[in-house]
Amino acid sequence: MTKKETILLKASVAIAALSAVAPVSNAMHIMEGYLPAGYCIAWGAICLPFLIAGFISLKNKIRENRRNMTLIAMAGAFIFVISSLKIPSVTGSCSHMTGTGLGAILLGPAAVSVLGIIVLVFQAVLLAHGGLTTLGANTFSMAVAGPLVSFGLYKLCGKLKVNRRVSVFLAAFLGDLFTYCVTSIQLALAYPSEAGGVVASVLKFLGVFAPTQLPLAVIEGILTVVIVIGLEAYAAPELKSIGFLKQKEAR
Amino acid sequence: MSKNAKTVIVLLILAVLIAAVPLFVLRDAEFGGSDDAGSVMVEEIQGEYTPWATPVLENALGGELPGEVESLIFCVQTGIGVGVIAFFMGRFVERKKWMKAMEQKEGRDSSDPGEKSVYAGAEETDDPH
Repeated sequence: MTKKETILLKASVAIAALSAVAPVSNAMHIMEGYLPAGYCIAWGAICLPFLIAGFISLKNKIRENRRNMTLIAMAGAFIFVISSLKIPSVTGSCSHMTGTGLGAILLGPAAVSVLGIIVLVFQAVLLAHGGLTTLGANTFSMAVAGPLVSFGLYKLCGKLKVNRRVSVFLAAFLGDLFTYCVTSIQLALAYPSEAGGVVASVLKFLGVFAPTQLPLAVIEGILTVVIVIGLEAYAAPELKSIGFLKQKEAR
Repeated sequence: MSKNAKTVIVLLILAVLIAAVPLFVLRDAEFGGSDDAGSVMVEEIQGEYTPWATPVLENALGGELPGEVESLIFCVQTGIGVGVIAFFMGRFVERKKWMKAMEQKEGRDSSDPGEKSVYAGAEETDDPH
């Protein structure tokens, strides 16, 4: 990390901290215009340090070894595919997955936030899905909070010596679910219900998102395991270079 | 490897089943987006709610994006992703074959397969630039 980058990172952390404190009164895709402006700015500022850290982390990974690029591209492409698939669910409505679990496991939570925001901008601009005003909030839920959970869980499972495929599944599955939990919380903070305040509101939004998302999170877990199996079989040198496999482990 | 292949096939069938079953079981359901369901809930809590911003594309078009065009753009998104994944996966698979062939050849030349030259070979095929 160069000096300039360190300063940039520290500054953004400060801004984020400030705006997190200021409007304490206020994620998958929150629709354009559905969050009050204050919240939009606050969530955006909170995402900023992650994005900058992610950018630096990506840059370092590529400088370390140019072939890390292939895995970064694949993790990004995975998010593109997975988050474009609208899948019918048991509640009779459709939703889509996040696909950020793979990137979080392979590249770490910061790097994946950059990949996530690319997809979110694509969908917000071209598809009127999500939105530019709610970009910050959506980035936080899908590209920051979810990946953090995935990454943490995966590391935890590694410590507990859980089978690697099982831990990949758990990480992707719960990361996806957590994304929708955060969305519910974000919406609830902005729209506390009159009767029960924020908590009642959180439950209401969770009631909309959670049952729909549960089977989809399972699918996301499965697909992430499938692609990890594929990568393990054919891309062992890349996985080693990015630090996913230990040097000795792969054949 | 064949064990891996079996696992992958079972997992994929499972994923398709999870996605397909609701479609057949809930015949009358509408299958709208759950993002929209979120906005309905906002209105329920807040009363009437008018979004204070409209998506840029809807502004430019002066209306909603036609459904068919929307599905087109979703397909483009999927296509970009699948293209990148398939491209690299194809390279990886071919490289593995090629590395194996090299190893065998070297095994015939000398008894030591030589980790180093395999690695160098991988480097050569794998740099995307």
